[in-house]
Amino acid sequence: MLGPQQSSFVMYDEEFQRISAVIEKLLRESNAKVIFLVDKNGQLIAGCGETDNLDTTSLASLTAGNIAATGGLAKLIGEKEFSILFHEGEKDNIHISIVAQRVILVVIFDHRSSLGLVRLRVKKASDELAAIFEDLSEKAAEMEKTGNVDSPFAEITDDDIDNLFS
Amino acid sequence: MSFINYASREINCKIVYYGPGLCGKTTNLQFVYQKTAPDAKGKMISLATETERTLFFDFLPLALGEIRGFKTRFHLYTVPGQVFYDASRKLILKGVDGVVFVADSQEERFDANIESLENLKVNLEEQGYELEKLPFVIQYNKQDLPNCTPIEELRELLNPEGVPEFTACAQTGDGVFETLKAVAKLILLELKKGGAGA
Repeated sequence: MLGPQQSSFVMYDEEFQRISAVIEKLLRESNAKVIFLVDKNGQLIAGCGETDNLDTTSLASLTAGNIAATGGLAKLIGEKEFSILFHEGEKDNIHISIVAQRVILVVIFDHRSSLGLVRLRVKKASDELAAIFEDLSEKAAEMEKTGNVDSPFAEITDDDIDNLFS
Repeated sequence: MSFINYASREINCKIVYYGPGLCGKTTNLQFVYQKTAPDAKGKMISLATETERTLFFDFLPLALGEIRGFKTRFHLYTVPGQVFYDASRKLILKGVDGVVFVADSQEERFDANIESLENLKVNLEEQGYELEKLPFVIQYNKQDLPNCTPIEELRELLNPEGVPEFTACAQTGDGVFETLKAVAKLILLELKKGGAGA
């Protein structure tokens, strides 16, 4: 997540719990329906709220595509990025923002909330999330430096891989 | 860039199908979608024009099964092949873990293949990748058509490095899963290498 040199983006239990706590708080405080955190490549990191009837994988991929396309537009007019996108629907609205230039925070809300409230709460939650992702990247850098990369894939065999396709 | 999630015990990888316009990238994904068990696939998304040309990308999430207790998921993307959609192609290559180059084997598309492969290299370099270092396979598609360039000639120009290559007819599905398996395997081997500190 820090650039193409790094081969994988790793999420640990501890940070996942912290992230979940922040977005759950945001969900309550902003009266939102659903909240997602997606990485810029379209992988879903975490989500909370009324997610049962939602295709979260597609949502994550389209959000990342949306941010990528908007980022391309921004560059064309000399902006670094557009850090906030807002889509207004008849019932539901989507507020999309970039956290710490790395991850995408998606808030879906209806008439029970308002754009102003969502913006306000998102701003505070973004700072908290940014701190967690900072810790996460320090952790990853530390692991890399000490060579202590505890990958579950170090031990896989050709048979393991072949079995996936059987 | 793969995403390893210890919290949900999942690993996600991104595969991009690249190639000239109308070479059959979307058809590859459609065949995979049709032949995959419902519980192993998500919805296929196609952002296409009214004439069914890919406008931004196609997307198909696949769950392959578990390795060492980790759910293995692959996200398959295609790029829009038409030359003038280059800005969109660059965006889709972000965070890629493996590339499939779908070549159109017809004689009249010979130059288009070369142009598209060059474009792939340039766009990858812009993102800081090198094609030679990425898991990469080539598919010679449309082998059922009468006017194909001989494989030897295709190989000489498109595959001088000798990466895994497959002949295919994406419409009937010949070679489609072989191609996908090969690139998925290369990606997993790459993860293994990374995990060993290489």
